[in-house]
Amino acid sequence: MSDGHSLPAAISFSAPDTWVLSGSWTVLCIGELARKTEQFEQVQGSERRVIDGSKVDALDTVGAMLIDRWLVHPGASRTTYADVEWFGWTPAQDRLLERVDKQGACSLPQAPARSSWLVRLGMSTAAVGGETRALLGLVGECALAFAATVQHPRRARWRPFLHHIAIAGLSAMPIVGLLSLLMGVVIAFQGADQLSRYGANVFVVDLVGLSMLREFAPLVTAIIVAGRSGAAFAAQLGTMVVTEEVDALRTLGISPVEQLVLPRLLALLVVLPLLTMFADVMGVVGGMLMARGRLNVDYAVFIDRLPLAVDQGTLAVGLGKAPIFAAIIAIVGCVQGLRTRGGADAVGTQTTRAVVQSIFLVIVADALFSVAFSLLDL
Amino acid sequence: MADHPDSSKNVIEVRGLTTRFGQHLVHDALDLEVRHAETFAIVGGSGSGKSTLLREMIMLHRPDAGTIRMLDFNVLELDEEHAVPLRRRIGVMFQQGGLFASMTVGENVGMPLREFTQLDDTLVDEISAWKIALTGLEADAVLKYPSELSGGMHQRAALARALALDPELLFLDEPTAGLDPASADGVGALIRDLRDLLGLTVVIITHDLDLLWQVADRVAVIGGGKVCGVGSMAELSAMQHVDIRPFFDTPRGRAAQQDAARRGDVQRMKEGG
Repeated sequence: MSDGHSLPAAISFSAPDTWVLSGSWTVLCIGELARKTEQFEQVQGSERRVIDGSKVDALDTVGAMLIDRWLVHPGASRTTYADVEWFGWTPAQDRLLERVDKQGACSLPQAPARSSWLVRLGMSTAAVGGETRALLGLVGECALAFAATVQHPRRARWRPFLHHIAIAGLSAMPIVGLLSLLMGVVIAFQGADQLSRYGANVFVVDLVGLSMLREFAPLVTAIIVAGRSGAAFAAQLGTMVVTEEVDALRTLGISPVEQLVLPRLLALLVVLPLLTMFADVMGVVGGMLMARGRLNVDYAVFIDRLPLAVDQGTLAVGLGKAPIFAAIIAIVGCVQGLRTRGGADAVGTQTTRAVVQSIFLVIVADALFSVAFSLLDL
Repeated sequence: MADHPDSSKNVIEVRGLTTRFGQHLVHDALDLEVRHAETFAIVGGSGSGKSTLLREMIMLHRPDAGTIRMLDFNVLELDEEHAVPLRRRIGVMFQQGGLFASMTVGENVGMPLREFTQLDDTLVDEISAWKIALTGLEADAVLKYPSELSGGMHQRAALARALALDPELLFLDEPTAGLDPASADGVGALIRDLRDLLGLTVVIITHDLDLLWQVADRVAVIGGGKVCGVGSMAELSAMQHVDIRPFFDTPRGRAAQQDAARRGDVQRMKEGG
């Protein structure tokens, strides 16, 4: 039996043409013998021989397969079960040996050769192209679905829309608030040294206000939401694809875009600017705390100075980016979810892609905004 | 194939098994024996607790009371470490196959071999290809991923993995679920073949009446948390228990029985001639 205290498989050569096998010829006990296969090289395929199994404690398919391979037709010889004299095997073992020999060795299929780098480059380029098309396609489909909803307001899916507002917006507030607060603290802290050296303590307001409102609040919020909601969208839709829920929707005549994508997209479009606004406030509060602690800029002074440092334009520039970021996150998340093919494994892959791609695109978009704003002198 | 000096010995003995899910009593002091080298089927209506019974036997779920003895191990007293030798001696094929989606079929079958034996990689590859061929799959299935397989191929690949370590005891959960009649018949023939060839003890959970007639030596019908009848299909057909009758008195039950009788005649004719 294969329960640990059985003897390992062994083989010895008694008479010139007799192999005596002993021990357990089972998958768990044969490993040691299998590493010393050179001793079978002397076995000649042509000669008549006897295989003695009277000392074998146990035999399983792997043991039988290896006996067949090593002793019955060693090398490439064509001898078969019938050419060997079997001695001392039980009827059941004999049956197994015969069956194993009949099935023969199976040829290992060769893995297809790795294609050249040029082919792979082409394939991955085509994949990127396909993904971009899918992305743009979904944008178009969302626009159509939105137009249809506006025409027939009764078809609007309010419940999922409100649900996603709650999940993506309300539940994200603590983490967004905390991180923006810390961001404001860090910015003020980093600036404090430089500013106090020039006695320009009060300019900490400009530093915190401008950088938070223009850049950091929208970006940090978008990154957090991409990690939270973008990933969730991809995983939800991916699972729905795998479990054929999306196909079910289609056969019921309900557009998956209208039912699944549009509510998520609209919810993020509403939520992300609000979260950005919240992040603005928390970031400035963080800067304010630090300004008083390190630079002796009082709260009152800070608040007095704030409208001079940042105008409504600055606020609008920051908030204006948020809907674009929201669209990127929602569309990328949904596209990656809907492009899931295969099983549970693919859901994870697609989720990862969704997060990486949406953060990447958000930062690219942010850079483009900077270029555009500087050209427009905003 | 291990030698069992006493082959009438019970491979599995379940005694007084009680399982509760909240207020719902699934098993009520259930007793069951599976003998060596038999094909034992467990049947029962949906929600009768047969899948839970299977999960308890393969150490995935702990019953609330009772004992399970399997291959001379007291299953419920084993900790994870001591369960490993037992787990290596049993093979399980899950209803959905349970194949690892990130691995090819060949890697799936080779995984237990790599994990538990000292065989080198080429040999493991050969053995897994051989096992896959044994279950009737084409050689090129070795390189395919589970998502590329049809239902019947999926079941066969799952069976090949369950057989990887040449288990003494094989558990099959709905092995023919979702298969076309030809594939289902093929799986049935395969189970019988393996049992004859390897002397396996097979425990099957199934709804498939044809499979019951085709392969089961003994069948246990579970109803009301207890085993309400054990015996061959022919013996069960004479019992009057309300949970047993549907297997024979419904149109499907009758059809399967007639079909089995017809097959039996053909078999006898072949053997006679």
